[in-house]
Amino acid sequence: MKAVTLNGLSKVYGKGKAIAVNKVSFEVSNGELFGLIGPDGAGKTSIFRMLTTLLLPDGGSASVIGLDVVKDHKKIRSRVGYMPGRFSLYPDLTVEENLTFFATIFNTRLAENYHLIKDIYIQLEPFKKRMAGKLSGGMKQKLALCCALIHKPAVLFLDEPTTGVDPVSRREFWEMLKQLKQQAITIVVSTPYMDEANLCDRIGLIQSGDLLTVDTPANIISAYPEQLYAVKADNMPALLKTLSAYDEVLSNNAFGEYAHVSFKDQAIEVNVVQSYLQQQGLSGIELRRTPATIEDCFIKRLSN
Amino acid sequence: MREAVIKTDKLTKRFGEFIATNAISFEVQQGEIFGFLGANGAGKTTAMRMLCGLLIPSSGAGTVAGFDVYKQTEKIKKSIGYMSQKFSLYEDLTVLENIRFFGGIYGLSNQQLKAKSIELIHRLNLQKDKDRLVGTLPLGWKQKLSFLVAVLHSPKVVFLDEPTGGVDPVTRRQFWELIYESVENSITVFVTTHYMDEAEYCNRVSIMVDGKIEALDTPGNLKEKYGATSMDEVFYQLARGAKRGE
Amino acid sequence: MKQFLALIKKEFAHVLRDRKTLLILFGMPVVQILIFGFALTNEVKNAKVLVVDQANDIASRQIIDKLEASRYFEIEEKSNNVHEVESTFKQGQVKLAVVFPLNFHHDLLHQNSAQLQVIADASDPNTAATLTNYVNSIVQDYTTDLNRSEVMPYQVTTQVRMLYNPQLKGAHNFVPGVMALVLMLVCVMMTAVSIVKEKETRTMEILLASPFKPILVIVAKTVPYLLLSLINLVSILLLSVFVLDLPVNGSVLLLFAESTLFIITCLTIGIFISVKTSSQQVAMLISLMGMLLPTILFSGFMFPIENMPLPLQIISNAIPAKWFYIIAKAIMIKGLGFSAIWRETLILAGITLVLLMVSLKSFKIRLS
Repeated sequence: MKAVTLNGLSKVYGKGKAIAVNKVSFEVSNGELFGLIGPDGAGKTSIFRMLTTLLLPDGGSASVIGLDVVKDHKKIRSRVGYMPGRFSLYPDLTVEENLTFFATIFNTRLAENYHLIKDIYIQLEPFKKRMAGKLSGGMKQKLALCCALIHKPAVLFLDEPTTGVDPVSRREFWEMLKQLKQQAITIVVSTPYMDEANLCDRIGLIQSGDLLTVDTPANIISAYPEQLYAVKADNMPALLKTLSAYDEVLSNNAFGEYAHVSFKDQAIEVNVVQSYLQQQGLSGIELRRTPATIEDCFIKRLSN
Repeated sequence: MREAVIKTDKLTKRFGEFIATNAISFEVQQGEIFGFLGANGAGKTTAMRMLCGLLIPSSGAGTVAGFDVYKQTEKIKKSIGYMSQKFSLYEDLTVLENIRFFGGIYGLSNQQLKAKSIELIHRLNLQKDKDRLVGTLPLGWKQKLSFLVAVLHSPKVVFLDEPTGGVDPVTRRQFWELIYESVENSITVFVTTHYMDEAEYCNRVSIMVDGKIEALDTPGNLKEKYGATSMDEVFYQLARGAKRGE
Repeated sequence: MKQFLALIKKEFAHVLRDRKTLLILFGMPVVQILIFGFALTNEVKNAKVLVVDQANDIASRQIIDKLEASRYFEIEEKSNNVHEVESTFKQGQVKLAVVFPLNFHHDLLHQNSAQLQVIADASDPNTAATLTNYVNSIVQDYTTDLNRSEVMPYQVTTQVRMLYNPQLKGAHNFVPGVMALVLMLVCVMMTAVSIVKEKETRTMEILLASPFKPILVIVAKTVPYLLLSLINLVSILLLSVFVLDLPVNGSVLLLFAESTLFIITCLTIGIFISVKTSSQQVAMLISLMGMLLPTILFSGFMFPIENMPLPLQIISNAIPAKWFYIIAKAIMIKGLGFSAIWRETLILAGITLVLLMVSLKSFKIRLS
């Protein structure tokens, strides 16, 4: 039995006007860390809400730990943990009160599954009398994760836990998820940050309600059809412009200090490109082969 | 040396006991893209508000576009543009209405407005959608539109507060193209972001930790200095020890 | 049950930690009672009167003395010139003028009737009417006194007795009205806003995704406000007894039972609004415009329902506050028992039941 199964799941808002989720199908195995990756408005939150039985699908079906999200919503609710996007605890309750409250609501006690949250809670303990609203961004997240874990859920749904969070806290958060994975909890997480994809076992890329692909990050990357080159010059804006106007260029995207470029002719000589760029008046040119990233793959699929 | 559009000297803001921004000093040159990075709660927003004339500093000195951040806040507001992820445009007005409204606020003449809005709509290929309500546009379009609206009056500096949060990778790049274009028109760009690859697009970057600017240089120099291969790593090394958050 | 208690505990924490709101909630009834009780009564006290006494004889002086002795009037100035009336009125201080013509006493003695002119500033028609009534009754008093010595045959005098509120004290009407208003405000608005707040901050999502019965989440929300309202009720009653001198004539227990029923009605309305809206602003607006305004308009404590056109009278029947106002008045002022108000109680209970069913039915266990 799969932990999560989606079968042609669809969601339409406002009398057929906006298709938020368009016939999405994928499976998540037990103990897997699955990432749903896509920008805002891709339909991630709608999928999460349907899986946590908070929204009714308009088409297709889905099941969580073998239970149907429509018929068995009561059973599912007691077996899954859910952390909605943004901060969603009570800011006027203390850290401890929030935890105790959610423990009670889920029919358990803090002590019962303490081993699950121990590593995270230790960091929160010095602030346990502090109002949740006064915690730092990273701490809030940790508390929210504790609250979602308190009843030892079979599946943990985390909707954009790292949105708007600085890179340091993001990294810490993913460390926590890695540890949780070792406790055999299935985790489904969504994020708009492409660089987080590599931290998942398998990912689904999603855009405008359509699931573009589902696979392991390594497979998705190796399936990138062309050879990519990282190109750099002293004047980056000029380089990007020149590349866009260059006949041989198939795709051309800025990636940090480099531009990721692919060419129509896969056998193109690096020298040819280099001398062309020099002719166009660019200096300090650096050109080398580079493996694709998930973001390259996403852009590739979007432009198709 | 070009003239400094933003200049601060030990600019500080206290809220009671709490020092949100602690004696920050830096200069931003005209036509520069300046990346203003920092962990959540490092004091970025406070600093930005002071520079936009929305908050009066507690101590220190600062000028924006040549105007004093204590006494000439109204003049500052006229010579800057501002855009954030949270507030950008009126969702219940159409594209054209938004352009007209914001252009009007900054005192563009009717003739200028007409010319500018045609130019802007053409630039974004919104000819067919110019009468659509902004609320019905995809997020990426909205962000691009609101950036162009923020520079409609050709301000000296434009402040961008996490302009690309949650935007898809393709649109994110198109957004940066727009930034480059406005720099060519000698607009200075002051931008915050959580995407470290975007930090690389900046001419210079500052990284704030616990209210202080811990590092300020070009991305290349910063990477060299901290022995890092990416800005992400530089950031991590600096901000890891941060004590406070939001 | 343990879960339910945890929820209630959490709700109390929300309410008690929000000091500013708490202050408003407890301060509001006190302020309202004091404002309505003292400032906004429709009785007129110490109205300034201009007396133009052209007669200046025994009869006119006796009447003037009587006017002056009454607590309603204060003789502002005396004059001999009728033309001064208008200019005095225009200054705005004086609302009433009493003009005694020449030979007032003489006419009264010899022609058995005399004319007395009462001029009122009717730009405020209610006050003008009240004042002229007062003058009328004082003059009537005087003539009855006269007639006692000089027997006049066949005279009908009306004897008016104001039952339940012999002094026509305004506070009598206002206290039950303010009770209805305050309970409405606290229960409807506060519950609606507090539930919608959880929708806005997305905590409702977690609660809904928990195994806990969603409807109990809502019910638990109402408990602190029920308690808060009962405290408010006590403070209103204490104020009205000790500050406004308005005793509760009927059973206090019955009053509390009926008030609790009304509080439950209001809480149900609050739940209903919160179920139907998704932002605090909308919830607040609906509570204010949709509930408070009709309560003021149609409960009968500001504007008499009997004077309204028939369609409005029919609408007023759907306003719970109207029935509570009738009930509260009956118990507090008339001192009546349950037998006199069972019908109103039944209607109120009926409205509550219907509202409760509708909101339970429209309560979504999912996000819309």
